[in-house]
Amino acid sequence: MKLETIRELLHAEIISKCSNPDTDIKFAKASDLMSDVLAFSLPFTRPEAILITGLTNKQVVRTCDIAGICAIVFVRGKNPSAETIRLAEECNITILTTKLKMYTACGILYAKGIRGAPVKE
Amino acid sequence: MKEKILFEQKFEINGGDFVNAGESSYKIKSILKEIGIDSDIIRRISIAAYEAEMNVVMYAEHGAMHLLVYPGKILLRIEDRGQGIKDIELAMQPGFSTATEEMREMGFGAGMGLPNIKKNADVFDIKSTAGKGTNLNITFNLNSKNG
Repeated sequence: MKLETIRELLHAEIISKCSNPDTDIKFAKASDLMSDVLAFSLPFTRPEAILITGLTNKQVVRTCDIAGICAIVFVRGKNPSAETIRLAEECNITILTTKLKMYTACGILYAKGIRGAPVKE
Repeated sequence: MKEKILFEQKFEINGGDFVNAGESSYKIKSILKEIGIDSDIIRRISIAAYEAEMNVVMYAEHGAMHLLVYPGKILLRIEDRGQGIKDIELAMQPGFSTATEEMREMGFGAGMGLPNIKKNADVFDIKSTAGKGTNLNITFNLNSKNG
């Protein structure tokens, strides 16, 4: 699924457009715990994953950069700071924001085929 | 015979500096990319470096992370001065945390840091003295398939 489709499905707004718009997104992680995102990070670089989160600080971008995640969807209408946006641009990570709550955003994407990122035991 | 060090760099980390937290790990990731290290291994090293860096920022007064590249392995050595860890066995349990509200608001302090570092490492060594500080030695074999 293209990021543009995700934007439409979640009635989201693109805050910074950096990653490749043609990336075929297949997986999502939803968490406000960055250590969990890192703990359940894929075993190898997979740019086709996004993170859905309510946290908007710089550490979210750092975490996605480390975990190889190409885009972040901020839920509950949260807007990141200018610093967070600047770092996302530097790391080539797209930022979207939606007014939907996390559960709803996840449900919509799941129904359209986006699955949880595979967990390595 | 001691293995030859091909590359070495030290990164200073300031305790409580949540604004710049993660920068050292970001630099380490860039260096490893430039050297041409396998992306799976870069991922594992970056995750371990980032968790270790966040631990220094959250719990220590000051620390340093050393990146040492050998022909067959990469070593991350983190030394900090601070409160240390009273019970390492407890600290290694997933979910155990002494984090403050501020740390949790940053998305950290869920008690996954040390277990996460160990999971990504080939060799993980931790030494800590309560009231003094903590030393971590994290080794990644360059031909390893862990991860």
